Amino acid sequence: MDPLIPLTVAVPLLAAALLAAFSPFVTRRVIELSSIAVAAAVTAMCLLLLSGASEAPLVYWFGGHMPRDGLALGIAFVVDPLGAALAAFAGVLVTATLVYSWRYFDAVGVLFHSLLLIFLAGIIGLAISGDLFNIFVFLELLSVAAFALTGYKIEETGPLQGALNFGVTNTVGAFFVLWGIALLYGRTGALNLAQMGETLAGGPVDSLVVTAIALLATGFFIKAAIVPFHFWLADTYATAPLPVCILLGGVVSELGLFAFARVYWTVFDGALASSHEELRILLLAAGALTAVVGAVMSFAQRHLQRMLAFSVIAHAGLLLVGLGLMSPAGLAGAAVYLLAGGLVKASLFMCLGILQHRLGGVDELRLHGRARHMIFTGTLFLVGGLVLAGIPPAGTYAGKALLEEEANLLGLSWVTPLFVLVSCLTGGAVLRAAGKVFMGWGPPPGHSGGEEDAQVGQETTVERDRTPAVMFVPALVLLTAAIIIPFVPGLLGGSEAAAVAFADRPAYAGSVLLGTRHPITEARAHEWTVPTELIAGAASVIGAVALAAFTLRRAPLPQKALGKARTGAERVVGGLTKLHSRHIGDYTAWLTMGAALLGGALAAALL
Amino acid sequence: MSYLPFAVAVYLFLIGLWGIVISRNLIHLVVCLSVVQSSTYIVLLAVGYRAGGTAPIFLDVPVGRRAVDPIVQALTLTDVVVGVTVSALLLALAVQVHKRSGTLDPELLTSSRD
Repeated sequence: MDPLIPLTVAVPLLAAALLAAFSPFVTRRVIELSSIAVAAAVTAMCLLLLSGASEAPLVYWFGGHMPRDGLALGIAFVVDPLGAALAAFAGVLVTATLVYSWRYFDAVGVLFHSLLLIFLAGIIGLAISGDLFNIFVFLELLSVAAFALTGYKIEETGPLQGALNFGVTNTVGAFFVLWGIALLYGRTGALNLAQMGETLAGGPVDSLVVTAIALLATGFFIKAAIVPFHFWLADTYATAPLPVCILLGGVVSELGLFAFARVYWTVFDGALASSHEELRILLLAAGALTAVVGAVMSFAQRHLQRMLAFSVIAHAGLLLVGLGLMSPAGLAGAAVYLLAGGLVKASLFMCLGILQHRLGGVDELRLHGRARHMIFTGTLFLVGGLVLAGIPPAGTYAGKALLEEEANLLGLSWVTPLFVLVSCLTGGAVLRAAGKVFMGWGPPPGHSGGEEDAQVGQETTVERDRTPAVMFVPALVLLTAAIIIPFVPGLLGGSEAAAVAFADRPAYAGSVLLGTRHPITEARAHEWTVPTELIAGAASVIGAVALAAFTLRRAPLPQKALGKARTGAERVVGGLTKLHSRHIGDYTAWLTMGAALLGGALAAALL
Repeated sequence: MSYLPFAVAVYLFLIGLWGIVISRNLIHLVVCLSVVQSSTYIVLLAVGYRAGGTAPIFLDVPVGRRAVDPIVQALTLTDVVVGVTVSALLLALAVQVHKRSGTLDPELLTSSRD
């Protein structure tokens, strides 16, 4: 098992380099087939690691530099079940994207495949890294690959602007992380997560520790698009090529949250054990705000890609609420929700790609009724909307139910209504779009205009008659996977057990520094089919359908109604829209302000 | 321990961010990003500095000789590599933006698309 651990990162990196080097000498089909084969093989390796790590975490020391007397100087990969599962999930998404993009671009250069493999290597490295500096390096590796992929269509201004916003804000975020690392290294003299945690656990919580966690949290939250660090995301995801969006929307934002959770539970949990309550309030507030802003903005969009982009933000907010419960059960629920939500969003982005491929655009008004003949894609999109709203018993419902149950146990009864509201808005937006585009319902777009999709990447311009199977099948497979997640034997219980191990800092430190074996014991997840949860799930779906039906019947679109009706909700949407100015300088100002706020709040909570 | 390097690092970090916020030119903006990055070099090196220490090269020096921390120097080098990659990519994007839209001003780019 041991040699397999570094190979999961080395193989895709090496394959990417070889593909780039040999691309002039082989045909495009060879490149495509070999990159799909590599991605599938790496996914299989990650699944092997997952089964190996499900009994106890696996630790690999580079160059055999093991710790002596509990003191680590070497660099380690630590494979725990949650990390391995995230790596495998990323592998599945990259494989699906490679299959999907077979027919998407008219002329796709080989570098696209190389970049996707580098991106995969970065995610896997991040997921299994046991070293804080390596977390930074892998985060940068996957980010740079993502910047390049976002701006892949260098002939168009929209994607270029999106890539620039993405690049600048996320690089600033990386420097926040690096500052945090430098301060922590100054305090602990270590970069190994377990070692840092051990040193901090014995020391005081002073301004240095608080500054460090504030800097790290800011950096990771920029990647995760937590309000007010989220501005870059909508621009980027609305303009990136759709195959790239599958990955960005499916897994990238979540990586920031994963990195935050990993660092918190290995490094800070010991030192901040007495401040759980204060941290919980802070994280829950940030998560709830993000979820609401993302959901409201998502519902207000008519450009479908931008609509799903805000949906990704709302989803990140819900995940942060899950982490913010500060308990293993919350982590487990967040993990299930991450998996199911990631799959369904990837599938929805694939449907948009099919629309783009067939009809040459993804604007709700322009496509009004034009996709009536696309029955299969329409069904997929509709079901995707229902799953996004969390229809029982799909995976998204199970994840939310686990989180709501845990929140209720903790006495946080407002979490369930929040989840229902967010599900109604994000699911309702997709259902409304499905009704307009695939059924031709709602008022016809005679008064179209205003914000045109100039910022849209027009990957394909010609109308086509057929949906290629390589585009439809991956979307179908991912959506099916999102639905059947709760019924995979051992998945819910396994994620609970994995979450318990993830949040157990002393056990993590023991297995890394002393080589002791901390078996991951069986655990039972919360009940997820209890009546209250089923009612909440049903309420989400009914609410989403009702919202969609309301907008389809009456008002043309919230944006359109802005000029006439001046209700409070619409003012909020208008104000929020104005804030999203697409200006890098504004975004940087917001994130600096956010960092100051976060730092101040953390100082008030922890000192 | 001197506080000067930390003060300089904080200053560079903030002035770089300020530059990004007010920038009217994408090339200038990328350079400001490099300024932010230089602050990380300084803070890393300052953290590992030992007063009176030599360079961490242990050939021909007596055992136990005081030396500055080599780890942070390795981190700084990695940081430089990361920074070069990011700057190169962002500058390439800026060049493309200029080719396509004829301007490098973020303000004009924003307004041209609405």
